[in-house]
Amino acid sequence: MTDAIRDSHAIDGKIATPDEVHDVVVVGAGAAGLAAALTAARAGRQVVLIDEHPVSPALVGNDVPLWFGGRATAALQAPERVLETLVENEPLIGECFEAGVDVRLGTVAWGLWRNRDGSAALPRAMLGLADSTRSWTAGFATLVLATGARDCALGFAGWDQPGVMGALAFETLVTRYDAFAGQRVVVLGSGDLALATARLAEARGIAVAALIEVRDSVQGSGTLPKAAVLIDHQLIRAEGGINGVERVLVADAAGHERVIACDTVIMAVDAVPAIELAEVAGAPQTAAGEVLPGVWMAGAATGSSADAAAQGRAVMARALGQDVAIPAADASFDRMAYRAEWLRALVATSPDTTKVCQCEEVSRADLIGVQPPQYLPRPDKLGARSLATLLDDGPPDPEQVKRLTRAGMGVCQGRRCREQISLLLAMAANLPPAGAPRGNWRVPVRPVPLGILADWHETPAMTAGWDVWFGIATQWIPYADIGTEAETRKLATLAGSMHI
Amino acid sequence: MTAPQYDVIVIGAGVTGLSSAWWLARDGLRVLVLDKGTIGAEASSRNGGGASHYQSPLFAEEQRLWPMMDDLLGYPTEHQAERVIIATNQHDLDHYHFIASNCDEMGWRVDRIDAATARAMVPIAGDNCLGGIHFRFGGHANPQRTVQAFGWALQDHGGRIIQHCPVTAITTAGGQVTGVDTPQGHFSCGALVVAAGPQIAGLLAPLGIAVPLMAGRAEMIVTEPAPLMRLGGVDGNGLYGRQTLRGNLAFGGGPHEWIDTQPSGPRARPTTPLARNLARRVAELFPKAAHLHVIRSWAGIVENTPDGRPILDRIDNLVIATMSGVGFGLSPATGHAVRDLVVDGACSFTDIAKLSLARFAALESDWRERRGWLPLVDA
Repeated sequence: MTDAIRDSHAIDGKIATPDEVHDVVVVGAGAAGLAAALTAARAGRQVVLIDEHPVSPALVGNDVPLWFGGRATAALQAPERVLETLVENEPLIGECFEAGVDVRLGTVAWGLWRNRDGSAALPRAMLGLADSTRSWTAGFATLVLATGARDCALGFAGWDQPGVMGALAFETLVTRYDAFAGQRVVVLGSGDLALATARLAEARGIAVAALIEVRDSVQGSGTLPKAAVLIDHQLIRAEGGINGVERVLVADAAGHERVIACDTVIMAVDAVPAIELAEVAGAPQTAAGEVLPGVWMAGAATGSSADAAAQGRAVMARALGQDVAIPAADASFDRMAYRAEWLRALVATSPDTTKVCQCEEVSRADLIGVQPPQYLPRPDKLGARSLATLLDDGPPDPEQVKRLTRAGMGVCQGRRCREQISLLLAMAANLPPAGAPRGNWRVPVRPVPLGILADWHETPAMTAGWDVWFGIATQWIPYADIGTEAETRKLATLAGSMHI
Repeated sequence: MTAPQYDVIVIGAGVTGLSSAWWLARDGLRVLVLDKGTIGAEASSRNGGGASHYQSPLFAEEQRLWPMMDDLLGYPTEHQAERVIIATNQHDLDHYHFIASNCDEMGWRVDRIDAATARAMVPIAGDNCLGGIHFRFGGHANPQRTVQAFGWALQDHGGRIIQHCPVTAITTAGGQVTGVDTPQGHFSCGALVVAAGPQIAGLLAPLGIAVPLMAGRAEMIVTEPAPLMRLGGVDGNGLYGRQTLRGNLAFGGGPHEWIDTQPSGPRARPTTPLARNLARRVAELFPKAAHLHVIRSWAGIVENTPDGRPILDRIDNLVIATMSGVGFGLSPATGHAVRDLVVDGACSFTDIAKLSLARFAALESDWRERRGWLPLVDA
């Protein structure tokens, strides 16, 4: 038997083995990840715990990974100090150190790959990691994704100014970074997340001017904060000046408007499970448990930290082969219906020039009209095109709408707009909120600078076999030369790689 | 005998199929386009947007058409003329000068530019830039916007597109195509254009027509916006790509992965850590942009013929159209050629005889093995 011929320009053998390989990798040092890491370490396993905090000031400014809303203090500019603060504020990190866990803060997991339908190019499954100086890859026997949740942003009039932020970003700045810049907040929502947000603010001496609720009752079941919950109220708009929010205007059911002074509006209607890594690796579903061979999801994402810790412990125990039940997340509250009701209320009070996507400056009108960005001409015929005409051609496709309008294509990677785009498309297509079509995630699931993402130590095979396109020399021979002496001569020159 | 429902059915709502359908509908023909998925969902919207393929016999017509496509279609394509290729090492510079000499031979104007000129044109180039070549022809456009523009313009001419409607069989009678079977029923036609990318081979095999194709997966990355350069069409260092009008740097290149495809199309289009190798080359090409964040990567599936050249051919009332991985930029002219093949039986504006299917009549049955064009097996 002779050796098979290999296409030297194909990917075969060019992707390097991971730069490091670990027994157990846990991504996310929140309650679930810390519990999972400690469980594994105490069972005698070699554990690496990765967490992206402290996040670089550049990403915080872009509202990645949470919706920081320009309300972080200058403390973020001193990364070493922030790192110390993070460790001081979370005693379990110290416990992880003592238990022998390799804790890596300020390290982001931006990619996860495995061989699957459509690709068998990898020597093994691996994570893409990066810190502030370099990127690298890491293999694992067991991977636990305890990536928690991210903020759910729903737009309203005046939401695109400093001082409008998400509940998880607020919690992170207050409890982890000691770096929240506001003093008087209004909280949107009255579910468990909103109540917890208001209680946290009050406990830290931050004034809570009010909680706003569009429904006619308080939605959460936890302890009420001291601040008033204004039920059956509409948020008209947030107003402010050069430093962002200074007040919000709200209206009661009878339409009586009033002004509430505040420097921060915290959207606490909902949080969204952070499933980016599982999704880009092709996980068919992302409930707690094993979502891909050797890859586990943990963390209630939107429950209490005690729930998350319990789930983190249980998932790791299962991953270690123990027969324990994984407590399920509480699904009794219809979060999608609540989100949709809030969005409908905010749409009703805001002009359709309100931005849906802040990065790309796409208005709600342009999204529903499927209009191109402002820097392109809008010929008359485009006026006749809209989401409605697209729907005649097939079901709503967030990827298509995204690429035509650019909504969701900015540097925040759609973190501030995917939920509202998804719901707006569902509303336009008369789909129930739970059936709203979602845009997908792509690697890198966090923005990573070119110079950091770059592999400066690639395999010799990668360097030697690199071609601009498929490396088919005959593809680039000028048509007139085909079958002539010139073809032979040009194929011999520069190995025929003549294309641009 | 009743008249067929459609004068022409086109299988494949990619850029080649839609351009063909648009050209045919402009002639007043009743045209139906069928696609297994959505408009431009595959390689037509997942490419570098380049429109500088001087080697093609369709190139002169493409160059004539691109500047007027926005007006002809009625929708913006983001077409931008011209291109710059800059070198970061002597080997590449020699290589680009060789390309320039080829273009000279063909009458396409190319300026050799020195390092200072190159850096003036490409402010994010670095001290490693040795100069390059400036195409006073060619260019680039936005793939998704262009393919959607072809689709909309086709509809404006009365053409019909049915998405999510895979063709399950091509029906024939007396050696002529009579129509296609789909989950939505049978559609009859006077002529059929098969522009279904990697799926062409599977569609035509039952008719006894062997179309040698192999599909490959290729990857790209894109950054956050950079300040707009004078020309967005800038590449080099083993990359193809462009700066979009928004400012993003979108680049691809490097090794492909040969894959098996199913009649229903690719099941997934995963990316790999190749994003890091692409990032390195973009950072080397544009050192002053190395701080820009990469915000997405993606993969597309493209088909190639054994010699990498298109198949544009007519067999009775059947037209086969595959551009072998280089289809986007040439698409305005490809549609014209397909229109000519369908309506007139021959291309009116250029010779395409060397793109016939017959050139593969003597192809070895193991042509893929001979080239190493084989899918990887997961160890």
